[in-house]
Amino acid sequence: MPVTAIPTEPTSQIPNAVELKWDHRLERWLLLGLAAPAVLLVVVMMIIPVGWLFWLSFVADDGTVSLVHYRRMLEQPSYGRTFAATFQISLATTAICLLIGYPLAYTLSQLPRRVANLCMIAVMLPFWTSLLVRTYAWLVLLQRRGLINTWGMELGLWSEPVTLVHNVGGTLIGMTHIMLPFLVLPLYSSMRAIDRDLLKAAANLGASPTRSFLSIFLPLSLPGLLAGSLIVFILCLGFYVTPAVLGGGKVTMVSNRIANDIELFFNWGAASALGVVLLVLTLTLLYAASRLLRLDTIIGGGHTR
Amino acid sequence: MSWLDSAASDTQIRHRSRLWLYVVTGLVLAFLLIPTLIVIPMSFSASQYLEFPPRTWSLRWYQAYFASADWMQATITSFKAGALTALVATPIGTAAAYGLHASRLRAAGLIHVILLTPIIVPVILVGIAVFYAYVQLKLVNSLIGIVLAHSMLAIPIVLLIVASALKSFDMNQELVARSLGASRPRAFFLVTMPQIRFSLITGAALSFLTSFDEVIVAMFVSGGSNSTLTRNMFNALRDQIDPTIAAISTLMIVVTSLILGLPQVFGKSAAGSEQSH
Amino acid sequence: MAAMMHVTRIDRAMAQHAALPITIRQLTKTYGAVRALDNVDLDIKAGEFLTLLGPSGSGKTTLLMMLAGFIRPDHGSLKFGDTEVIRLAPHKRDVGMVFQNYALFPHMDVNANIAFPLRLRNVARAEIATRVEAALHMVQLAGLGDRRVDQLSGGQRQRVALARALVFEPRIVLMDEPLSALDKQLRDQMQIELRQLHDKLGMTTIYVTHDQREALTMSDRIAVINHGRVMQLDTPQAIYERPANRFVAEFIGESAFLTVEMRNGACSWRTASIKTNQPPMSDGKCLLMLRPERLRILRVESPPDMNVFTGTVTNRIYQGDTFLLQVTLSDGAMISARGISDSTTFASTPMIGQAVSLGLPFHDTVLIADTEH
Repeated sequence: MPVTAIPTEPTSQIPNAVELKWDHRLERWLLLGLAAPAVLLVVVMMIIPVGWLFWLSFVADDGTVSLVHYRRMLEQPSYGRTFAATFQISLATTAICLLIGYPLAYTLSQLPRRVANLCMIAVMLPFWTSLLVRTYAWLVLLQRRGLINTWGMELGLWSEPVTLVHNVGGTLIGMTHIMLPFLVLPLYSSMRAIDRDLLKAAANLGASPTRSFLSIFLPLSLPGLLAGSLIVFILCLGFYVTPAVLGGGKVTMVSNRIANDIELFFNWGAASALGVVLLVLTLTLLYAASRLLRLDTIIGGGHTR
Repeated sequence: MSWLDSAASDTQIRHRSRLWLYVVTGLVLAFLLIPTLIVIPMSFSASQYLEFPPRTWSLRWYQAYFASADWMQATITSFKAGALTALVATPIGTAAAYGLHASRLRAAGLIHVILLTPIIVPVILVGIAVFYAYVQLKLVNSLIGIVLAHSMLAIPIVLLIVASALKSFDMNQELVARSLGASRPRAFFLVTMPQIRFSLITGAALSFLTSFDEVIVAMFVSGGSNSTLTRNMFNALRDQIDPTIAAISTLMIVVTSLILGLPQVFGKSAAGSEQSH
Repeated sequence: MAAMMHVTRIDRAMAQHAALPITIRQLTKTYGAVRALDNVDLDIKAGEFLTLLGPSGSGKTTLLMMLAGFIRPDHGSLKFGDTEVIRLAPHKRDVGMVFQNYALFPHMDVNANIAFPLRLRNVARAEIATRVEAALHMVQLAGLGDRRVDQLSGGQRQRVALARALVFEPRIVLMDEPLSALDKQLRDQMQIELRQLHDKLGMTTIYVTHDQREALTMSDRIAVINHGRVMQLDTPQAIYERPANRFVAEFIGESAFLTVEMRNGACSWRTASIKTNQPPMSDGKCLLMLRPERLRILRVESPPDMNVFTGTVTNRIYQGDTFLLQVTLSDGAMISARGISDSTTFASTPMIGQAVSLGLPFHDTVLIADTEH
């Protein structure tokens, strides 16, 4: 006969069920409560004010609820120009970053770890340096009596100082410099994850280095490339400091327009409407990015499943 | 030159055929590094136009900086704001990271996203939104206003860093500590915290730098006697190219490097970093 | 000298402290659709060494964690002695616990690790020092107090974990597969040492393992657990000799099963009558358990006190200290007989293809119900 323990005392129907559930809930919520100060800060400092702004964008100057600010955006051509400029500059910056960032990431991914890590410091260093400092550095380099012009003229490349700054060109240069690490980092990590054996297999099967690169390596590096490009593009859309300094007033991106609306015109309605559009644009792109790219494919190039 | 003929990869591509790639890479790296660092030697140039290499070396821009009451005031404000931001954001962010990690309620995921919004929303929006709120609350141009706003911006960074450290930490150690008689808070302070020290200090350092380097929100929210260094620099840049800024930039690079070095110095615990056994 | 006195002090304190019995009633834990623990009732005697034995996912670790207070049941009662502890926080339960991966604190040295629970209890500095030394002595690591955790071998870490769990003289000790990370030789040695420590200190010990040999070696009683339920709670011998059901029979030791039929108290396999010493089972089908080492290879006529099975040898496997004879019976069933290999026995067993008779003594003939529960 099976021998099992037999309870020797009478038991209640379901002992302690209610109390235990209460204990459980209490503990879980207490732990979550540790996050309460942070949530409070973020909600009070950002969610509510931004929500406020959202509301403001629907309020006309006379206090009534209306879509006048949004209508103005569609009617006045200057808004169209601002958006066009923003998109053009963002696209251009992304393209340039792609062009010069891909070879850089590629080379680093092919180097032995030690050397690559050293070079990554060179990539990360500008990343950690203040945005303002780097923008200022470009200002000094590109100005009429700045380094580039001085050397250019000394080397005989041109005779008159070229206007390199306070225009779109200068802005592009500055923004590329700021954004490049944002592209190189995910791209590099995606490239590092590509299985070397795949390239060996390609060579073994008869592919030339160029063919192997185009057919195997490039496609596998695309997830990282897309991720990096999207990050750069989204950051460019909302960028303020560099266009403001290096653009010299001639470059007005959406964020500059917003700032001007507030600082010069105190036009909260217009500024908030613009801000809402920018936010919606940013969130849409982020959502599209999260759908198109799963994070694991970025880090796991070569093992896409 | 024989190096050129040696193999650069398993597939026996030689370095020689990749030479153009190395040149391009070198140029790009130079593009990244030179502007970052060139401010340093230029700040010692005596000329108004910041030559490189400086024809005459001089400390005049540094002297101008230290002699100016406005710049000094702004510098002190920036340091105060940075320190306070680190003091506020680090414990709050760490508590949030720990609570979300240990709680495992479904609400935790939502709260995680909420706490990341400051880095998702474009900064210009944050700037004008906070400015608008501060106008109503009469917090414009106040130190506490700056600190609150910057702490809000720093929280996602602390959260990400500490959450990542906790994920790779062996929580069994906290369980053991509790089985040995330590309450949850004691277990955290005696066992967990010493082992994630590196990440905590990194979080604090990055919080400081987030505040110290921040321009846009400071532009709207700080001012008068509580104007930050970056705000003044930005305004100066828009007006004319003041060479004093070269000196200030150099000093900012030095401060950033020192702050980033802190985790390396203070963060490595006696038994190594946060590896578990 | 002080350390030696402390060893005896711990012994005496333990003996004085009369170890605690544990009473478990209706302990249940459900994760979604899965019942990790299903209304478990268990009475654990004061000072006994009880092993929770079962496969992974059986609920044994869940049960242990509930004893420690790290998992909260849906409902149930848990008493240490007379005190209801089910709602008591883990750090107030005063149980010593040894984890599978030891979970030593890497940022403290060995002394600090062991001193940790004493610090928490506000023991005086000087006393901490002597007690830590005594604990190290007890696990044979005297003198290694200044070492850092990463300087220790696996076996040494295990002992430090043990010392840390015992230094504050808990009356209940929980161990979660503490030896599974050690190599075989060390494991066998530690099994004996752990049991000796238990005998000396006298606390109630609950030990979790999936290794049946370990359970058989160390325990006063074994609770075999599967699907969140206690299949059988008994002494090692009773569990081995008289398993309650098929699961227990299969989990402990090797066995093969033949379906036999009970009618009016008489058992039969096909046409042959099966005699057994155990009390008769109820009518219907049940299982006859055949342990390989209980089957004798018969060379002469059927002896009077055995059930005989005839078949053909399909395999002869020499395994060092024992050998295995695999036999196919007339109806196709495959059973194995195990024998001790001395210099002549293996050589004289029938060859592959030859007929062989295996005998099962009546007192080793075990019938069990054909259920998994």
